[in-house]
Formats: sequence, structure tokens, C-alpha cells
Amino acid sequence: MSATTHDLPEQGVAAAVRSYIGRTRGGDVGALPAVLSLIVLAAVFTVLRPSTFTNAFNFSNLLHQGAAVIVIAMGLVFVLLLGEIDLSAGFTAGTSAAVMGVVLTNHGWPWYASVLACILTGAVIGTCIGALVARLGIPSFVVTLAAFLGLQGVLLKLVGEGGTVPIRNDILLAINNDNMPVWAGWVLWAVVVGGFAVLSVRRAIRRRSHGLQAEDLSLVVAKSLVLAVLLGAATYFLSIERSRNPEVSSIKGVPQVVLVLLVLLVVLSFVLSRTSFGRHVYAVGGNAEAARRAGINVRRVKLICFVIGSSLAAIGGILIASRNNSISPNTGAADTLLYAVGAAVIGGTSLFGGKGRVLDAILGGLVIAVIINGMGLLNKPSSTVYMVTGFVLLVAASVDALSRRRAASTGNV
Amino acid sequence: MAQPIVELTDIVKSFGPVSVLKGVSLKVYPGKITALVGDNGAGKSTLIKGLAGVQPYDSGTVRFENNVVTLHNPREATALGIEVVYQDLALCDNLDIVHNLFLGREVTKNGQLDEDTMERRATETLAALSVRTVKSIRQHVASLSGGQRQTVAIARSVIWNSRVVILDEPTAALGVAQTEQVLKLVRRLADQGLAVVLISHNLNDVFEVADQVSVLYLGKIAAQLAVKDVTRNQVVELITSGRSGAQDLAPVGDTSASNEETATS
Ligand SMILES: Nc1ncnc2c1ncn2[C@@H]1O[C@H](COP(=O)(O)OP(=O)(O)OP(=O)(O)O)[C@@H](O)[C@H]1O
Ligand SMILES: [Mg+2]
Repeated sequence: MSATTHDLPEQGVAAAVRSYIGRTRGGDVGALPAVLSLIVLAAVFTVLRPSTFTNAFNFSNLLHQGAAVIVIAMGLVFVLLLGEIDLSAGFTAGTSAAVMGVVLTNHGWPWYASVLACILTGAVIGTCIGALVARLGIPSFVVTLAAFLGLQGVLLKLVGEGGTVPIRNDILLAINNDNMPVWAGWVLWAVVVGGFAVLSVRRAIRRRSHGLQAEDLSLVVAKSLVLAVLLGAATYFLSIERSRNPEVSSIKGVPQVVLVLLVLLVVLSFVLSRTSFGRHVYAVGGNAEAARRAGINVRRVKLICFVIGSSLAAIGGILIASRNNSISPNTGAADTLLYAVGAAVIGGTSLFGGKGRVLDAILGGLVIAVIINGMGLLNKPSSTVYMVTGFVLLVAASVDALSRRRAASTGNV
Repeated sequence: MAQPIVELTDIVKSFGPVSVLKGVSLKVYPGKITALVGDNGAGKSTLIKGLAGVQPYDSGTVRFENNVVTLHNPREATALGIEVVYQDLALCDNLDIVHNLFLGREVTKNGQLDEDTMERRATETLAALSVRTVKSIRQHVASLSGGQRQTVAIARSVIWNSRVVILDEPTAALGVAQTEQVLKLVRRLADQGLAVVLISHNLNDVFEVADQVSVLYLGKIAAQLAVKDVTRNQVVELITSGRSGAQDLAPVGDTSASNEETATS
């Protein structure tokens, strides 16, 4: 063992960069494809539509458009980590949102009870799917394909053929339409950057005191600075007045939905990387038999992952309903699911199981949102948007498969 | 001899119409290496999977320190201190060495994984086993060589206070030097007072480190003997025919073939 107490190599900036390059070349590409495509796509659309693509209104629009897909993708990460798939996530979002709309608008329930009913609906759907997959051992592809059809019917039943259920509650409408005050956006920025820096420093100090290899202070500072600049630029951009006539109504500040995304990111990342359950999810996805022999209750882990996945899909449904002011038979239909799967995979979550992070959903979701948004600005017909998105998803899946092959040959799974 | 720590009596196990174990009895002693040998498909792996709680027996009794125990799942076995290093290595390629060592038994503090403690104990355990070939304990298991993976699997079985360690062909895929290392490791475990069961097709290994040898033949134990009392040829005979020419050997083996039908019915 080289990792004895005295010759611990400190992880400085240079060492970190070198190890990152090494990992990337070994096939562990991580978030690189998502970040690169974000940069390239943003550059292309900026050149093609310099004024409209880059203006602040469009940027916030992009976040609102992408939020639901991102949340659904976060749930899919849990399912994909197992090496399973949930094709019904889109209609789970739609059906759960419809339940919320019906009890809220038609039965006059308070908004929080309606939200609870929505998430519970998702959890119940997830329990059914999870039980069929984990207990009976039916391939998740088949179970969720059946759920995809069935839930489409349930949604139609709830909303009525050609009907819509309007959402009139101010709080629910605010979630994916309104912005925080400008000062709150900056407070959020400070909390995120400060929290990241403090936690990193504390971790490094603790590890060093335990005689373990730790990040060098310079590395922590560098990472925090990059984060501060990136998020700072975004916050600044979103703080610009984007109303056409500010005297009538002012539109500025970070969208409230960003807070929802951040809270979900932190909580779910904690679950995956800091708890035994999270570790078991990776183990089941990596080698289910090994996990079973290690005494892990594989069925329970699978069931819980499907419940988490569908519950998050339900939350995604709330965001769609909020954005559209209503629920229709098309809520969560058509491309929603493919966009969500695409988001997770483009972000770096493997379709083969055992590899992925919650952050992937956000990065990949932003890529998807930029494509949809940019193509919209170019006035491309839906046909082109579908083809381009399908192509991007294929590219992402190919990167996944190729990096997996490369990783297998260099032993970096 | 001292009391056996594990005693199996009349273990029966079949897969549908195929009866694999037809009344197996085996004693395992602390501080000793008991070799379990037998031809391919004799049922060695099946026997130890039952002891690990991975694949329960159909009938028979398992005594642990003279108490009858039932082993329905891996947790019940590990709670007694029974650990198995499987033939098909049960490691997760997508996790690093530390994560694999503590898989299913993660150390937590306030509900959070205590990575520091796990990493420290992993380092200590590997050091105690004199493992020096691993570059970093934070590397993924996929990037390890066969011998290194075997070492991780063995370390995994001793990181908790285990009493009985069962190794299913730990040297099958290894080169000469790595075999030597693993055997030394196994001997060290026994010298520390653990009961070790070593499954192997390599009689060199058996005669090099084992104290006792049990021969499994057609679903029964043909003989359980002290290694110093037998010759290699006698063991080979027992493996291939269930009996040995020597008069004083194989009282069990003599009856195995003729009693087969009564045992399975
Ligand atoms: N899950 C199973 N289902 C059906 N038959 C099985 C199963 N597991 C093992 N067997 C059968 O039981 C018999 C004993 O298998 P086992 O793996 O215990 O042999 P072994 O002694 O470990 O052999 P080897 O030396 O090749 O590892 C074989 O005939 C095998 O085909
Ligand atoms: Mg075997």
C-alpha cells in the first residue's frame, strides 16, 4: 500500500487536472460531453440568433422550459442506476398532475394537500411498477411500457377527451413562472458558493486529521472560484430587467424553480453518495448478485428506486402544470419521457447501470432545453426538432456505450 | 481434538430432479484449515453456499458452537462470523476497493456514510494482510488484476470479526507467485485462530497448507482425514472413486454408493 500516513500526496490543482485527464482518457468521460455540447450549442445559436438567443428573457425561459424535464430525469437517474428503465415517467408526471388538478380545481382542496396527493399518486405508481419488476422479475421495459399505455388512459379519463383542468392557485402558478427578488437570487448564490467552499474545506481538514489523502487548499479555492464565477454570471444575467415595459410590470430575478432544482439536487445527491442506501443502489446496478451475497436486500433497493423515480416524475408534473396553467391529455405526453431519458444520458448517466449522478440530470436537461429553445428561435418546424433531438440522444447513448467499452479495456468501469 | 466450530450433519440439497448433496456431514475446527476436495460438479460450491445463507439447504442440521442454527440469508451467516470468498468473485466492478470491502455493512455516523473510518480500516486490514501490490484503495475494482481482486475478496472476509472463513478455489485463476501469496494469507488466517475451509482442485495447495481434507464424492463425504495421515494418491483415489485401497481409510466412502437410493428418497 502506498497510502501510508507519511507519504500522502496532497491533491493540488495540477494533480487534480492531471488525474481528470487520465480518467477521461480511460473512458470515464463524466460530465464532459454535456458541458462541451452546452458550449457548442450555445455558441451556434448565439451566432445564428445573436439578439434573441442571448437575451435574459430567453435564458430564464430556457430554465422554465427545462425544469420539468430535469426533475423527471433526476428520478430516472435512480432507475437507470439499477440498469432498469422507466418508460412511463412522462405519463406518471401527467397522471399525477391531473390528480392534483382535479382535487385542487374541481374539489377545492388547498394547494398543499393537492401537491401531496400528486406526489402520493406518483409514489403509488412507482410502488406498483417496482413491485412487478422486483418481486415478479418482469423486465422493467415491459412493465413500464404497459404503464405508459395504461397511464395514458388514466390521464385521458381524469382530464376528459379533449378537455383541460385549469390551475388557478397562485402559489402553484408561481412555482414555474415567477422569479425571486433580485436580492434573494444573490443570497442564494452566496449560500451555494459559500456552502460548497465551507463543506470542501471542512472535508479536507477532517481527512487530513485522520491521516488520509485530502484535497489541497489551492484546489478547493480554484473549484469554489469557478463555481462562483459561473453561477455569478448566471445570477447577474437573470437579475437584468427583461420586461418590455418595466413601468407596467417588472420581470427580473432568478426563477423560483431554480430553488426547487437546487433543493432536489442537494437532497438526492446526499442520498446517493452519503448514505448506505445510495451505496447499495450503485452496488445493485454494478453486480446484483454480489450485492445479494453481501446481504443487501436487492428487491427492496429496486422497489425504493422506482418509488423515488415516479415520485420525482410527479413533481415534474407539477412543474409542467404550473408552466401551462393547466393539465391536458398532452401533459407529460409525447417527447417528455424521451427528453428526460436523453437528459440523464447526455449528462453522463449510463444506460447499463451502476454509473450516474443527480447532477447529470441538470447538465443534460440544460442541453436538451437549449436545443428545444434554440430550434424554436430558428423557427424550425417540430419535425426538425424531433430529428435533431433524436440524433443527440443517439450520440449520447453512443458516447455512453463507447466510453464503457473503453473503460472495460482500461479497467476504469 | 478441540470442539468443531461448525458441524454439518446429513445435509441434503437438490435442484429439481438433480440431487446434489445426499447427506453430507462435515466438521470445521478453529485454527485449522479444512480442505474440501472433489471433482467438478461434486457439490462443493453448493455445500458452502448453504453455509453462507445464499442458497438454503433442503434438510440437515447446521451446528455452530454446538447450537443448532438456521441460515436463511447472508446476514444470518455473517452475524455468526461466517464469511465466504466465492469462486465467481462477488465484487462490484463499479465501486472502489473501500466500498467493496464494506459492501452491505457500511460504517455510518449519524446516518451518513463514515468514509474516513472505512478508508482507514481498509488500509489497516490490507496492511495486516501484508498486501502491498495495490496502488490506491480508492481505485475501482475493475482495474485490479486477478490476484489483487482475490486479495480484496479475502480482505473483505476478515475485515469484521469473522470466525469461519470459507474460500472457494481462491487460487484457481492465479499465477505461481500470487498463489503462494494467497496461500500464505490463508495460513495466516488459521494461525490467528480462525476456522478456514479451503476448496481447491490443486492437491499441491491442499498438501501445502491444509490440516484436514474432506473428500466429496457423489453428494457424500467419502472421507474426512488429517492431511498428515494420507498420501496424495489416496486422496486422488477418493476423489475419483469414492474409496481408497488403504484399509483404515474411507469408512464413509464404503457405504456411499450402495446407500445412494435410500439417502435420496
Ligand atoms: N442453481 C442451480 N440450479 C441447478 N443445478 C445446479 C445449480 N447450482 C449447481 N447445480 C448443479 O449442482 C451440481 C454441483 O454444483 P457445484 O457448483 O456445487 O459443484 P462444485 O463441486 O463446486 O464444482 P466445481 O469444482 O466445478 O466448482 C452440478 O451438477 C451443478 O450442475
Ligand atoms: Mg465450485
